[in-house]
Amino acid sequence: MKNQIPQIGSSFPRNDAAAKVIGAEKYATDYYPGNLLWAGVKRAGMPHGRIKQIDISDARKIPGVYAVLTRKDVPGTNRQGPVHKDQPVLAGKKVRHCGDPIALVLCENRDTLEKALSQIRADIDPLPGVFDMDAALQKNSPLIHEEHGNGNILSNLVIEQGKGGKGKGEKGIDECDFTAQEFFQVPMQEHAFLETENGVAWQDPGGRIVIVASTQAPHEDQDEVSYALGMKPDQIRVISPYPGGGFGGKEGATVQCLLALAALHSQGRPVKMWWSREESFAAGYKRHPARLHYWLGAMKDGTLHALHCRLYYDTGAYAHFGEEVMTAGMEHAGGPYRIPNTFVQGWCIYTNNPISGAMRGFGVTQANFAMERMMDILASKLGIDPLKFRLKNALTRGDKNPAGITLTHSTGIRDCFEQIRHHPLWINREKWKSRAGLFKQRGTGIAGMLHSAGYGKGLPDGAIAKAEITKHGCIRIYSGIPDMGQGNAATLLQIAGEELCQEASGMELIQPDTDKTLPSGSSSACRTTYTYGNALIKSCRDLKKRLIHRAALIMLADSEDGLALVPGKVRHLLTGEEVSLKVIAGMMQAAERISVCNYLMPVAKDMPDTGKDFPPGFPHILFSYAAHLVYVEIDELTGCIEIKKYLAVTDAGRILNPQIYEQQIHGAVAQGIGYALTEELLLEKGQILNPNFADYYIPCALDIPDMDSLSVETTEHSGPYGMKGIGQIGIDGPLPAMTNAVKDACGAEISQAPITGQYILNKLQQ
Amino acid sequence: MLISFCLNGELKKLNISPDRRVTDLLREDFGLTGTKEGCGTGECGACTILADGEPRLSCLMLAAQLEGKKIVTIEGLSDGQKLHPVQQAFIDYGAVQCGFCSPGMILSAAAFLRQTPEPSRDQIRESISGNLCRCTGYQKIVDALEAAAKIMQEE
Repeated sequence: MKNQIPQIGSSFPRNDAAAKVIGAEKYATDYYPGNLLWAGVKRAGMPHGRIKQIDISDARKIPGVYAVLTRKDVPGTNRQGPVHKDQPVLAGKKVRHCGDPIALVLCENRDTLEKALSQIRADIDPLPGVFDMDAALQKNSPLIHEEHGNGNILSNLVIEQGKGGKGKGEKGIDECDFTAQEFFQVPMQEHAFLETENGVAWQDPGGRIVIVASTQAPHEDQDEVSYALGMKPDQIRVISPYPGGGFGGKEGATVQCLLALAALHSQGRPVKMWWSREESFAAGYKRHPARLHYWLGAMKDGTLHALHCRLYYDTGAYAHFGEEVMTAGMEHAGGPYRIPNTFVQGWCIYTNNPISGAMRGFGVTQANFAMERMMDILASKLGIDPLKFRLKNALTRGDKNPAGITLTHSTGIRDCFEQIRHHPLWINREKWKSRAGLFKQRGTGIAGMLHSAGYGKGLPDGAIAKAEITKHGCIRIYSGIPDMGQGNAATLLQIAGEELCQEASGMELIQPDTDKTLPSGSSSACRTTYTYGNALIKSCRDLKKRLIHRAALIMLADSEDGLALVPGKVRHLLTGEEVSLKVIAGMMQAAERISVCNYLMPVAKDMPDTGKDFPPGFPHILFSYAAHLVYVEIDELTGCIEIKKYLAVTDAGRILNPQIYEQQIHGAVAQGIGYALTEELLLEKGQILNPNFADYYIPCALDIPDMDSLSVETTEHSGPYGMKGIGQIGIDGPLPAMTNAVKDACGAEISQAPITGQYILNKLQQ
Repeated sequence: MLISFCLNGELKKLNISPDRRVTDLLREDFGLTGTKEGCGTGECGACTILADGEPRLSCLMLAAQLEGKKIVTIEGLSDGQKLHPVQQAFIDYGAVQCGFCSPGMILSAAAFLRQTPEPSRDQIRESISGNLCRCTGYQKIVDALEAAAKIMQEE
């Protein structure tokens, strides 16, 4: 980090970059405590079945095998899950997907571990599997969770708003001059963070379990492990180094409960578990595959009038965040538009597929694809330009959104569309299209989007910031929320630098550790910098007051007026007298040197007719907005799609660090391009057919174009300095914008992802 | 098996099982954990090291293949005084997010830029196409490498 004051609004280089580029940053994978044991999991390999017996006798006999644990060795509830506790730490009676863990092995080294895992024999009676949502909903379908009261339906909810009684959306549709109906399908997507799920754990002499894990939510992990293994939360300490990517997939325990269980059986020896890439594919959490039935209607003047839609999310074998993902999809189903009559029904369904959970976009990515395709389809029926159609219906502050919530916060979608409208790429699009070469077809497409921030009503979204002046006069910020790459840690130093007028060299950051940092929620939901940042501003201001007060006493000044914090010291502006922070800190007591302040995010005050019975997390009040424009070129001979230009305009509130802002937009768009063009987990009877990067293709540097990322700087009054979180929104645009562009290029109406070359070629030949 | 090779400028002689993976050898025996592992099957590039100046995937290399080689890992790329221009550019141009791909990416790029002093953006993209990054969308990495190329030419 440069030694300057990292001011708000500047592209100050991230503080974490220096250690990362020399290989010095220690990720969870880089912990190799002495005398460690390697732990690994035997997985079911069968999508649905009843466990008769797990024979571990041969495995136990192998020299170098330290312990082999099964369900009977698990204390406590044996149930984990970030919300719904329906997932076993070790399956004992039933397996519900191929990746279910059935035994945990501790060995002296990795070779022995591999051998021991292969020697465990599981006798499992196969049960008929349920692999698609239609089958799961059949009356006589096999049940994945027999004890669950509602068949294979994890959740089924409805949002209705508008005039008239029940079925408002449908009645509204009848009143429309123009309607369009379409069915969409999207596949399961893999997070594909470069650092797979891993950690180390040990039991300290006092009996506490210490876990160092690659996680997005150390404080929540503490609770999850505690519930699963019947331990008190304070008996568990979770340390979170910088994760090597997360994107939602490291929210909710992955290795944590298994590691804690292993540590309970290792007599104080540290235990290390590091999932292979294949295991990460098999057992890690995914983006929900979805089916979306849309029916959208407008009046002949182009005013949207009604939306009727049904959204089906396949959550796989366990709930994880399934219900929350579904409600988020429902809440955003109408996009950033005014639609007076809506009927949105959501289903979240258990199957014997791998587990879906939180992934950047959180249910919105799926729904927004459908909605933005519908906007183009309906615009074409109405004979209106798709951008004008969107502008005409774009939400403004004070409107009710399609979920019935009054938008009382910054609402910049109109400005996003206006920036597209005035951009040379939009103005010159026809000229560009007309210049397509031989065997090439060109098209442009747009998409609008909105994305909620925060946990939503009923789930307090709070942070407890802690800022300290060390006795040596250094500013120390305790970050309670991991930085999985999005740059929140660096931004915290920027906030502290701004508030306390300190240079980078005079500040340090403590990474999340449940013994040192305070519970501040997970690294997720576009909340990280917003919520913690707001709390940190308070802490810094409080600390500043204390420093100034102490300085006044030292300088024998009878007023604090005219005392200012400057790098490393406090200066009396009138006399020029200075006292260093080190001297001030040296006179302060330990308790006085630490300031702890909290912040709680606002929630929606109005509650629409529907939604009262929703689980916590609905609705939201704060949204980021964006509009994307893409230029695509299709090769008529191969069907290949090339992205020629990509423009993203985002309402992020005030941007605190333009470089970090761009990183988030670029990264999200790139992941969205993968989702649009290549990424699809192929499943056959619940088994993943492409569990590696050769067959599951994530974009490489050649697949992503140079992108233009512009911003609409609204001021979000509730945010730190006016910012709001934008970590997710960028991923909601590429698939709809690109499918709209493909339609523009060659007329193919695409209603499923990914848009492969083969698929386009078939469409072209039809 | 006795092997000798040069690791980050120091001669190493050790008796080691010839089929030990180089990634494990570096990370576990030498504590050089800057060499990352993202897939173990040669698809992601996170474990890239330089062997006689050429980028190699250490997860696909066995210890015996180190014999007589000059190996550079991310820890040995700079001269200890000043960062390598690629490392400095990664910091300045915002090419680092989670950073897990950075060591491998930087080594691939450093080798490429040594051979191609005036690369186009497309050539840069091609040179790092074997190193996957899930965070950045690659744009700031390409920006950083363009800048690093200029600095390397001036030096």
